[in-house]
Amino acid sequence: MNNKKHIYMKLFSSTFYLSAFTFGGGYVIIPLMQKKFVDDLKWIDEDEMLNLAAIAQSSPGAVAVNASILLGYRVAGILGAFISILGTVLPPLIIISIISFFYTAFRENIVVNAVLKGMQAGVAAVIADVVLNLGGNVVKEKDLISAFVMISAFIATFFLKINVMYIILVCGCIGAGKIMLQERKNKKDGDSQ
Amino acid sequence: MILLKLFWSFFQIGMFSIGGGMAAMPLIQNQVVDLNHWLTLTEFTDLITIAEMTPGPIAINSASFVGSRIAGLPGAIIATIGCVFPSCVIVSLLAWVYYKYKGLTVVQGVLSGLRPAVVALIASAGLSIFILAIWGENGFSINPEYIDYISLLLFGTAVFTLRRWKPNPIFVMLGSGVIGGAIYLIK
Repeated sequence: MNNKKHIYMKLFSSTFYLSAFTFGGGYVIIPLMQKKFVDDLKWIDEDEMLNLAAIAQSSPGAVAVNASILLGYRVAGILGAFISILGTVLPPLIIISIISFFYTAFRENIVVNAVLKGMQAGVAAVIADVVLNLGGNVVKEKDLISAFVMISAFIATFFLKINVMYIILVCGCIGAGKIMLQERKNKKDGDSQ
Repeated sequence: MILLKLFWSFFQIGMFSIGGGMAAMPLIQNQVVDLNHWLTLTEFTDLITIAEMTPGPIAINSASFVGSRIAGLPGAIIATIGCVFPSCVIVSLLAWVYYKYKGLTVVQGVLSGLRPAVVALIASAGLSIFILAIWGENGFSINPEYIDYISLLLFGTAVFTLRRWKPNPIFVMLGSGVIGGAIYLIK
């Protein structure tokens, strides 16, 4: 019993700590989790961690949350999953709630207002950088369907203001159709050999 | 009632933000700015700035921010639960499939099909923030008088810095905030 309690405590403190000190979102959390749970605590091995990462990145929602659900469940069942979600969600919930509480008062301050105005250009630049990186990878594929999907999705959301949800659904179906056609083709090639 | 609405909005954000990182941003803008008018575009941009500079996933940060502004602490908690709920269900489902069939070929195929769309959606959300930064809340205009040249210069310098030296984005945002803020105040 004591041992179990110890695991729950450790699970909570580890996920809380990771979430509180991870800046930069999903791509950073996986290597940090690996260091904590594979190298330090030795709760799971490296292969298992790679599997968890693959599932976490394939599921919708925040990668950090997905990974901690899987890890918590793997280590301590459903209660473990619940505890690690709590550990992951609490730091941003606390920090942002405090910021949000002061936001209105802060926003009217001339200095804060000027700094936030300056930061708008910075955020726009950070997003532009992300788009250039991701978009560059898509262009490198030299795939006509991908290029078509990218352009139509942009027009649909920016100019036609179509609900993003529908765009995701349609493009997901296109992706599924593409992979099914590819598999069928691979199978046919395999048969003819 | 408002709590239910918050829950449902963030449930959809959690459900359809696929691809990690900034993939949630266009959905948050769609739900929070366009559909429900809980935040203005300026407030949304502040939110993205804050979310990028504080720890934690963008979607959870947004849920806490919007929830607590609309309905206090209960709002923040309900919106966060809404955001996490779809993950719990789908992650369990995918984990089951993964261990049963030792692979996620179809799911990963769908994801690779989604990638170009996700880039486009992030680009669209980014473009509206860019327009806000350069032309202000009235939106795009051909008239050169309405262009904020300070902001344009900051943007150009920031993009160049990010591409050339690949620093941590937090420093780029802080830098453009401090430098830009100082220029705006002096002017």
